[in-house]
Amino acid sequence: MRQTVLYAGLLLALLVAPWVGYPVFLMKALCFALFASAFNLLIGFTGLLSFGHAMFFGFAAYVTGHAAKVWGLTPELAIVCGTLSATLIGVLTGWLAVRRQGIYFAMVTLALAQMIYFLCVQAPFTYAEDGIQSIPRGQLLGMIGLGDDMVMYYFVLAIFVGAFALIYRIVHSPFGQVLKSIRENETRALSLGYQVDRYKLMAFVLSATLAGLAGSTKTLALGLATLTDVGWQMSGEVVLMTLLGGMGTILGPSVGAIIIVAMQNYLADLGSWVTTIMGATFVICVLVFRRGIVGEIAHRFERKA
Amino acid sequence: MTELFGVPIQALLGQLMLGLVNGSFYAILSLGLAVIFGMLNIVNFAHGALYMVGAFFAWMLLNYAGINYWAALVIAPVGVALMGVLIEKTMLQWLRQLDHLYGLLLTFGLALILEGIFREFYGSSGLPYDLPDVFKGVFDLGFMMLPKYRVWVIIMSFVLCLFTWYVIEKTKLGAYLRAGTENPQLVQAFGINVPLMVTLTYAFGVGLAGLAGVMAAPIYQVSPLMGSNIIIVVFAVVVIGGMGSILGSIVTGLALGLIEGLTKVFFAEASTTVVFVIMAIVLLLRPAGLFGREK
Repeated sequence: MRQTVLYAGLLLALLVAPWVGYPVFLMKALCFALFASAFNLLIGFTGLLSFGHAMFFGFAAYVTGHAAKVWGLTPELAIVCGTLSATLIGVLTGWLAVRRQGIYFAMVTLALAQMIYFLCVQAPFTYAEDGIQSIPRGQLLGMIGLGDDMVMYYFVLAIFVGAFALIYRIVHSPFGQVLKSIRENETRALSLGYQVDRYKLMAFVLSATLAGLAGSTKTLALGLATLTDVGWQMSGEVVLMTLLGGMGTILGPSVGAIIIVAMQNYLADLGSWVTTIMGATFVICVLVFRRGIVGEIAHRFERKA
Repeated sequence: MTELFGVPIQALLGQLMLGLVNGSFYAILSLGLAVIFGMLNIVNFAHGALYMVGAFFAWMLLNYAGINYWAALVIAPVGVALMGVLIEKTMLQWLRQLDHLYGLLLTFGLALILEGIFREFYGSSGLPYDLPDVFKGVFDLGFMMLPKYRVWVIIMSFVLCLFTWYVIEKTKLGAYLRAGTENPQLVQAFGINVPLMVTLTYAFGVGLAGLAGVMAAPIYQVSPLMGSNIIIVVFAVVVIGGMGSILGSIVTGLALGLIEGLTKVFFAEASTTVVFVIMAIVLLLRPAGLFGREK
């Protein structure tokens, strides 16, 4: 009951938000919230630390940009193209990465992501240093123009709410329970007869797909896809968002994403200090604040009850 | 002009030489990572950043204090090692009971902090480091030119790697270290100060990275980004070789440097990705790595 009220309240806030705040900023925050939630599906609910999620986010961003600008597809088709490209990369890289555990998994995903990064640097359709710019938002289903920021915001919000509901459903499904059992004790899950590697791969592909959806949506909302989206710093950022908000909590990654996006927005004048501040946030989170914001709040509530 | 597979021999040998130089750096860095991982169970993401700091220390010593390369070769690694002691004492030691992942995340944060600071003060374009006069010029072997400094780097890293291997595999100190890796409680019970050993191991590992940084300063531009560029390749090297074996790290590092050099000659577009492709192939054929034991 309390949960329903909470989610209804949040949805209401998101519906009202663009009348109060700046829609472009809100869209960016929503896309990163989705990205971090997708990432959390892996680290928070399966216990796999991927250090290469930028490859799904960034590559999908490029594909969507290319589809919308060069092929002239409608926005929903462009997003589908981008998302599916992330699924494809997710299947290939996940198939390799689940062969190693723990710390090696992180290094493998980081290295594979760097490979995708170099491919993007060299491939002609990404325009290397310039990136794909002034990507048209087009007309939804060929009818509704998305040029207006308010209209675009509600389109982004619809995607976010849909994907968020999907993540919620996955986490609370029997499939999600198996993932959690793998996180808690992989050997035991294996001896209970679950094909652990197959579950891990499925979680990886789902997470990659949703990360791709986030990247695709971001491209249309902001009108550009660049090397920043696919670089290792982006992989690090999404880890930080999730860690700050709370790994393994449903709302945590979104909270973390909003804070980090806001921080980058307001501290942009500080130049390279932003990197230093993000690094310091990492260090502080790991040393004293491992539950994250939402995790900490939930913990306080549980102790009281 | 003699040719091999349609490529002038000189160009081929030149690239192989360059590959060997790169490979030397991969070897030293992955060696340090392996030593640290063995003792602390932490994958030190800050390794690349500390390599960068080593290069910057050398640059600062030369340009602010007029202290030359030879002195920097000692002072800079010691400085980096002291930073290592500080990092281990104030942060890493609190993570010992936790999942390995937190060590990776914390050192990633440290890498961001260091990179951000140096980028703020020195920009990201890179600064040149003047070669000492002794190393200017080349050895003329008749069939190819050998730049003196590159020969020095290769010899020096061979000596470093051999020294580390000898200390760990053949001395009493190394025996304590290996025992500490296997079972720290038992070693502690024998009256050996394990926490001190852990701190010194970390300091030694990052000191090696700092030394590599000094050696790299005259070859590459001294830039805040040099650390993150190399560390990801070194991670791939570590995945290929496995972190279980010292000799394995050294051999894998050198071999991958050479392969990268060869790729530059025959298929230049792939030279940035070839290490990652090899990693993917190794994962398919031997998931635990060439020299690896799953921990």
